[in-house]
Amino acid sequence: MSKEDNKENGAQSVSRRDFLRKAGTYSAASLSGAAMLLSNPKPAQATTNVEWAEHFQKNYRLMTEEEKQEALDRLEKRYSEEFGKEVTVDGSPAMDGVLFGYALNIQKCIGCRRCAKACVAENNQSRGDEQQIEWIRVLRLEKGQFSADDRDNAGYPGDYGIQVGGNAYKPAGVVLEGQHYYEAEQVPEKDAFYMPMQCMQCEKPPCVKVCPVQTTYRDPDGIVVIDYNWCIGCRMCIGACPYWARRFNWGEPSLPAEEMNPVTHYLGNRPRMKGVAEKCTFCVQRTRKGRWTACVEVCPVGARKLGNLLDPESDVRKVLETKKVFRLRADLNTYPKFFYFMD
Amino acid sequence: MKRFLQFAIDFIRAGFTGGLMFWAWMLFLSFFIMLWGYGEFVQIRDGMIVTNLTDQVSWGLYLANFVFMVGVAAAAVTVVFPAYVYKHHELHKIVVLGEMLAIAAVIMCLLFVTAHMGRPDRIWHIIPVIGIYNWPNAMLTWDVLVLTGYLILNLVGGFYFLFKKYTDQPLNKSFYIPLIFIAIVWALSIHTVTAFLINTMPARPMWHHSIMPIKFITTAFAAGPSLIIIVFMLVRKFTPLKIADEAFHMLSQIVTWCLGIALFLVLSEIVTELYPSTEHTAGLKYLMFGHNGLNMLVPFFWTAIALMVGSFILLLIPRIRKNMTILPFLCVGVFVGIWIDKGMGLMLPGVIPTPIGEFAEYSPSMIEMMIILGVWAIGLFILTVLIKGAVGVLLGDVSYGGKSDAAAT
Ligand code: SF4
Ligand code: SF4
Repeated sequence: MSKEDNKENGAQSVSRRDFLRKAGTYSAASLSGAAMLLSNPKPAQATTNVEWAEHFQKNYRLMTEEEKQEALDRLEKRYSEEFGKEVTVDGSPAMDGVLFGYALNIQKCIGCRRCAKACVAENNQSRGDEQQIEWIRVLRLEKGQFSADDRDNAGYPGDYGIQVGGNAYKPAGVVLEGQHYYEAEQVPEKDAFYMPMQCMQCEKPPCVKVCPVQTTYRDPDGIVVIDYNWCIGCRMCIGACPYWARRFNWGEPSLPAEEMNPVTHYLGNRPRMKGVAEKCTFCVQRTRKGRWTACVEVCPVGARKLGNLLDPESDVRKVLETKKVFRLRADLNTYPKFFYFMD
Repeated sequence: MKRFLQFAIDFIRAGFTGGLMFWAWMLFLSFFIMLWGYGEFVQIRDGMIVTNLTDQVSWGLYLANFVFMVGVAAAAVTVVFPAYVYKHHELHKIVVLGEMLAIAAVIMCLLFVTAHMGRPDRIWHIIPVIGIYNWPNAMLTWDVLVLTGYLILNLVGGFYFLFKKYTDQPLNKSFYIPLIFIAIVWALSIHTVTAFLINTMPARPMWHHSIMPIKFITTAFAAGPSLIIIVFMLVRKFTPLKIADEAFHMLSQIVTWCLGIALFLVLSEIVTELYPSTEHTAGLKYLMFGHNGLNMLVPFFWTAIALMVGSFILLLIPRIRKNMTILPFLCVGVFVGIWIDKGMGLMLPGVIPTPIGEFAEYSPSMIEMMIILGVWAIGLFILTVLIKGAVGVLLGDVSYGGKSDAAAT
């Protein structure tokens, strides 16, 4: 899903944009940038210079305000050139008095996956045959059922009784054991229910703890962010995340210019490069401007709620007070700020 | 200073002198090193997509080899420890060869990590002062720290010894002995930290148990000395350096007992996991029996077990253990068995299934194979040169103003 070898499609048309992107990549990756600088045609020169500057910048969190601004301007210029449209790169910090929380009504979710698609469009994930990245995963869980057939045929667990719901080969109703490749003709399916998952913005995020270079960190509004320019691609965070929320850019992301969302945030949906980790950031580019996330906006049944956990009037707080709420894998003490609830 | 320069030149010259066999061997290794260069080039150009790693299985054979090699590096202690603590006379004479092995192994570790990283061009981010360090939180930073420290300790210790020998000066005991003892403790630390690196992640239940560090150490102290025995045998065969049988007896005993303990720990782990057989056992069950037809690792697992158990039983018999013709084969068995067990048998099922219960198979791509073989070739290349140089010094062929020129011709 994240990548499929489809090398026939690798015969790209060498448009100017492609060429620019490649030029930048080579220079960054091979440290032979000096040669590229000389051999590149004029228009690419600026881009390559920008790539070089990016290469030596500091960890975003340690930059002074000025340096941050420089970095943002640099990126705006480069992306605008690369994608042929006016791209803004925002750097707004966390707002005071805000701690973002999320609540999802699993009773309502119909498994249509519109959230996942809206997320890809909003957050500039890589798409195409070589590499598709989705931050939201909708698990399809089978409804539990007793069936004599299953029990007999599977022959498990022996003579000693029955397993509640499904059998050894058909997990049912077991949290985190659904599958997310379903292609339903019509949703919701009769025999299934759905559980979307994404980054839970843990209060005690293991991904942050294991990152050797502090690329990923928790901002004061509770959103765990990644400085893509600082990530060394070691994938420790992917190993440590109990929710399998992180994705890796195995190859150069493919992001068609016409589909690119030009309203970006440095720590959020700006175009990524190959070899870095990424994940949901509660649409930091939107939420820090007081907007809903794309998934909240698009959900047709209103199963998704976002809000400020510090504000008693917010949707999420109301949910927490009045509904039956649970969190995934509470045993791991990561304190997710993503809650599931039922009416 | 001038003397030191002369030492470096003589050492390298001795390292690169040899007969036809030697050059054939080096040429053979160079071929794989070229493949490594090509593999790295492609991987850096196109990204990690050229590997068969996926979001599901995001850690693969690079890290598996890394973990294994850290063990081999740490195992130099099995030569140093008896030599200095138990004053084992025969081992004492060749301690420095163990240190050379450790140097080569650590260099391999660093190369494997670099291959594993998605952005090796950003490696400077992890260097203290110019980058930033998530210290003391991140285990990987600890690992970098202890590995570099270990490399330096062995470089300093090993070459100090050789240099003194080269110039025929007495060792400064109050400098050298503490160094050796620090290195002994340090060696344990490198493998312990590597174990911590993966067992501190509750998201991966198969790794999340506290037997891991001790299991790492025991398997390392079985695999490492096995390799050392083989290397020493080759040294004995191809150079005039005499290594007494006692040295081998000592090492093969260490292999036997560490292997025994390792097997016991494997057993404990299997019973603990399989008896209750909860959801958390998925990884181990996948390794041992496969999962719904996904059973790529199953033959490897049983091969590893067979190799380890078989070698252990044979090694238990003193007559066989002391037989210098059979011993190397047993050592190869142990080495390969543990490599499989600790590489594929640990790294892959640790990340299969994923935290959301998805099973995905992984087998390395051509590029990955090239890089892995290449790193091994680089390691062996370095090891050959280091050992040859060191043996030259030990024999007195390479010495200051001495017969070094004669040796070179
Ligand atoms: S869900 Fe995973 S990626 Fe998100 S904060 Fe928690 S550990 Fe990190
Ligand atoms: S992949 Fe990037 S974000 Fe993840 S742990 Fe490594 S450096 Fe940190």
